[in-house]
Amino acid sequence: MEVVKTENVSRIYKVGEVETIALRDVSLSIENGEFTALIGPSGSGKTTLLQLLGCLDQPTSGRVWINGQDVSRLNRNQRADVRRGTIGFIFQFFALIPTLTAYENVEMPLLLNGHAPSQRRERVMQLLEAVGLTDRANNRPDQLSGGQQQRVAIARALAPNPSLILADEPTANLDTPNGKQIMEIMERLNRETGVTFVFATHDPRVIQFARRVVALSDGLISSDTVIEQAAPVV
Amino acid sequence: MLQLFKLAFRNLGRNRRRSFFSALALGMGLAILLLMASVLDGEMRQAMEGTIRLQSGHLQVRASTYNEDRTSLAWEDLIEKPDEMARKIASLEPVAAATPRLFASGIAMSGDKSQGVRVIGIDPASAANEPYIKGLVNGEFLKSDDRDGILIGLPLAEKFDLNVGDRLSLLINTSDGSVDTQNFVIRGIYSTRTTPYDKSTVFLTLAKAQAITRTENHASIIFILLKDRAQTEAVVNALQAGSLQVKTWMQMNELVLQTEQFADAYMIVLFLIVLAITATVIVNTLVMAVFERTREIGILSAIGMRSSRIMAMFFAESVLLGIGGIVIGLILGGLMVVYAANIGFYIGNMGVSGMLLGDRIYAHLTLGDTITLTITALVVALLAALYPALLAARMEPVQALHGGKK
Repeated sequence: MEVVKTENVSRIYKVGEVETIALRDVSLSIENGEFTALIGPSGSGKTTLLQLLGCLDQPTSGRVWINGQDVSRLNRNQRADVRRGTIGFIFQFFALIPTLTAYENVEMPLLLNGHAPSQRRERVMQLLEAVGLTDRANNRPDQLSGGQQQRVAIARALAPNPSLILADEPTANLDTPNGKQIMEIMERLNRETGVTFVFATHDPRVIQFARRVVALSDGLISSDTVIEQAAPVV
Repeated sequence: MLQLFKLAFRNLGRNRRRSFFSALALGMGLAILLLMASVLDGEMRQAMEGTIRLQSGHLQVRASTYNEDRTSLAWEDLIEKPDEMARKIASLEPVAAATPRLFASGIAMSGDKSQGVRVIGIDPASAANEPYIKGLVNGEFLKSDDRDGILIGLPLAEKFDLNVGDRLSLLINTSDGSVDTQNFVIRGIYSTRTTPYDKSTVFLTLAKAQAITRTENHASIIFILLKDRAQTEAVVNALQAGSLQVKTWMQMNELVLQTEQFADAYMIVLFLIVLAITATVIVNTLVMAVFERTREIGILSAIGMRSSRIMAMFFAESVLLGIGGIVIGLILGGLMVVYAANIGFYIGNMGVSGMLLGDRIYAHLTLGDTITLTITALVVALLAALYPALLAARMEPVQALHGGKK
């Protein structure tokens, strides 16, 4: 079953009179449970495609479906409603709220979804355990290492039980051991929970974890390869 | 909701100094407004109370033809047998005091100095004389059988360099249109701390004033003080004045009432200026916060926070700033008002004709003003958050995640 699908999606940024084409007629379908890498050099359109898949942005033309719902022309609040509970995000810059503890950062999507306090507590502790940070629950982001922050971000992305998690260069700001650990955690959670992961990267060591690799070049899909067995050697 | 305020509180705690100064700005604004409102209220209250106690009373009964501006002494313009009428009026339950008074114009003279004065004939036994009895700075108050005693104000005594026991010559109009002159012995010197009034008002006993003005058994008015001014209309209805006219304190003190209305309008303008300055500080603080936290706004939006909730977050910060500011404002303002209510502000000789004001203003803060201004301060804090909150809520998540660029 398709979690997300694009059909002839283009995205053009206009600054003054200058138009920049970030994506050109991209059609892509991501099935439930995939662990897919979007690869390509800088400026190839990976992040733009990820933003459209994540309902953060709207295509200039073409259509995007998430869980069968056309989200191409939704307004800001409708898109927020789609994201909440359906899509989790992991960003390159760790993207935690600095005033909140690790526990509270993970709890935030659950609060937005209106979960009861007892449900929240149970879910947050379960996720912090899954990423190995139970003992860091009360630490704020500035008291955590980069790798730990990114693990909190993974836990937060998983909190509302989303059907899709989008990660934009999740290991770009991490050293090799931490990058490997993050990819292993993502891969394990994909396997254990069945949640779909799509991550943008140009790091060959990360790509090796993917079971499907979609390559982008100049805003076009240049190849789409399904890999039978991932070979995680980072 | 609790989580929202928890987040807002922590956000304010990121830059404690800036948050404190923003709350302080609101607090100082509120404190200034409380002081201004209390001083204005005190001033207007004193002006009205002073004018009622010294000049108009709550009610006056006059002959229908009596003209206050001319200080007429013609018998047809005066009240006949005023003692009897005053006694009847005094027997009414809401009336605190009712006493006949006779007004005449004259010139006080001593040596080569002279001063135009208003001569008031009073019943020395009346409770309505309290401001002069309490205000005695030297000598004693007039007695009912005093035939050559006079009570003069401190500024007049100083001008003439006179003291108790000295003699003062009084040239006074009479009912037949002529003038009479007589020497009086100064029995007492009073001060109501209202210089223009004290300088130009002298008192004789009613009997002596009637004798010298040849208005035998007549008075200009019955001066009435009520226990509660809210009873005014009820007493007017009970007086059944017939051929006489009854004037209320509101009719007699239109100038004070108009001044109060003008002052209220003037204060609203000042309030708006102070509040606008305060609001600008809060807007500035929150706009800076929005720009500093653009990426966080993007993150919250990315994980599904709706625009309304992002706005609510900034409103919550503003409410907390507002509450902090109100606490500071109530403490600072309270201290200033306590000082102004007890020590007062010396304003010197500020009384104008028709509005008697002491030389010192004492603040008077009402609960109503305090509540109104406190709520206003909170509303201003909320209104100030509107623009920054909209700014945050309208950010596109993609741009916000890139720190506002792209």
